[in-house]
Amino acid sequence: MSATGLTAAQAGLVSCETCNLLTQPVHPERPGHCPRCGAELESRRPRSIQYTWALVIAAAICYIPANLLPVMNTTTLGTTEPDTIMGGVVFLYTSGSWPLALVVLIASVMVPIGKLIALTYLLVTVQRGVQGGTRERTRLYRMVEIIGRWSMLDVFVDTFTVALLQLKPLMSVEPGLGVLFFAAVVVLTMLAAETFDPRLIWDSGTRVEK
Amino acid sequence: MQATVEPAGAMETVACPDCDLLQQIPPLNPSDRARCTRCGHILATAPRDPLDLPLALTFTAAIFLIIANTIPLMGLSVLGLTASTTILGGALEMWQTGEPITAAIVAFCAVIAPALYTVFMLAVLIAARRPPAPHWIGEMLRWALSMQPWSMIEVMMLGILVALIKIAELATVDPGIGMFAVGMLVVLFPAIMVSFDPREVWKRVEWVDGRLHPLSAVRGTPRMEQAQ
Repeated sequence: MSATGLTAAQAGLVSCETCNLLTQPVHPERPGHCPRCGAELESRRPRSIQYTWALVIAAAICYIPANLLPVMNTTTLGTTEPDTIMGGVVFLYTSGSWPLALVVLIASVMVPIGKLIALTYLLVTVQRGVQGGTRERTRLYRMVEIIGRWSMLDVFVDTFTVALLQLKPLMSVEPGLGVLFFAAVVVLTMLAAETFDPRLIWDSGTRVEK
Repeated sequence: MQATVEPAGAMETVACPDCDLLQQIPPLNPSDRARCTRCGHILATAPRDPLDLPLALTFTAAIFLIIANTIPLMGLSVLGLTASTTILGGALEMWQTGEPITAAIVAFCAVIAPALYTVFMLAVLIAARRPPAPHWIGEMLRWALSMQPWSMIEVMMLGILVALIKIAELATVDPGIGMFAVGMLVVLFPAIMVSFDPREVWKRVEWVDGRLHPLSAVRGTPRMEQAQ
């Protein structure tokens, strides 16, 4: 890599996170507001590591009941059957639509777990000041940002199943507590991705480089 | 390809939002993209028609958004019993069956965030047509951009399809007009994002501190790749 350039932080400049305007703040500690768009200026997202850790841990805790508790309870002619997320995947698979089973499996099981692992990895490497693989880690962060929203899939599936299957007394579906925890996992990991500052990945490397 | 230092007139110095490296964005030809030399983040794009085309698309999206939210998505019939639902109807059912928080999240991601995004973008794109654009559109653009990740029309569309396939085993399902409107939105929202260039708005906006000139006191290391 041939870039020997300075970062904005090294040059004493602050880039506005909203409109990208570069400014030279009078007080580097308290940069104030962007003269163009009025957004609050910060060299790095404040307490990024702490906030992201808190959100990741909260999401990891919610992930357990999200998978153990039923997301739906189906009542058919008086008998009630609970349905978990994995149960939904198995149902899709056995009813012959394996491509959809795969989509739901990826969106509801693998993406949330992958996000938690990826964010934990990013947090640990930043805290340890790891210098290698900066490009790859930045790419990983971007993937977490882009893919994250797709885990909301199961929440929508449950919502519209519940909304349509209200055919009392023949059949009715009620949402279970699992769907609440699952939605919480998605929201918390999305917020965690927003609070994590990818520039921290590069900071430990740039100081040494020059 | 590397662009060398040119008279810093037209060039804008920015710090990469992902890695903070200072660099200059060279003048871009239409449909060029400027990437950060260090981390590859797309720093700037140059859509052919950065304001009028997104305005037309956003206006169309607003119409389809109204249709998608007022006309039932689908109807269902089994043994003489029928049911149908709209998007908000789905959230309402969730609320009434004892999941108010999940219902609120669904309503936010499926209706409120896309609607706010559309309204804010309309305001920004209309106001930016006559420079200097009033400074409050900066605030609106910030809101629009922060709504973007939470607007999940395409995720909802896939969710509805999965639900339909599950239900199709049990009952006859008829997709309604609302469903087609959702399908249009799935195409329109990414089209707005691709055709729109926020830098064009920032160029035209009246600064909060009352000026309208870029601060050109800042100089950085110019090193820039151009991709496509």
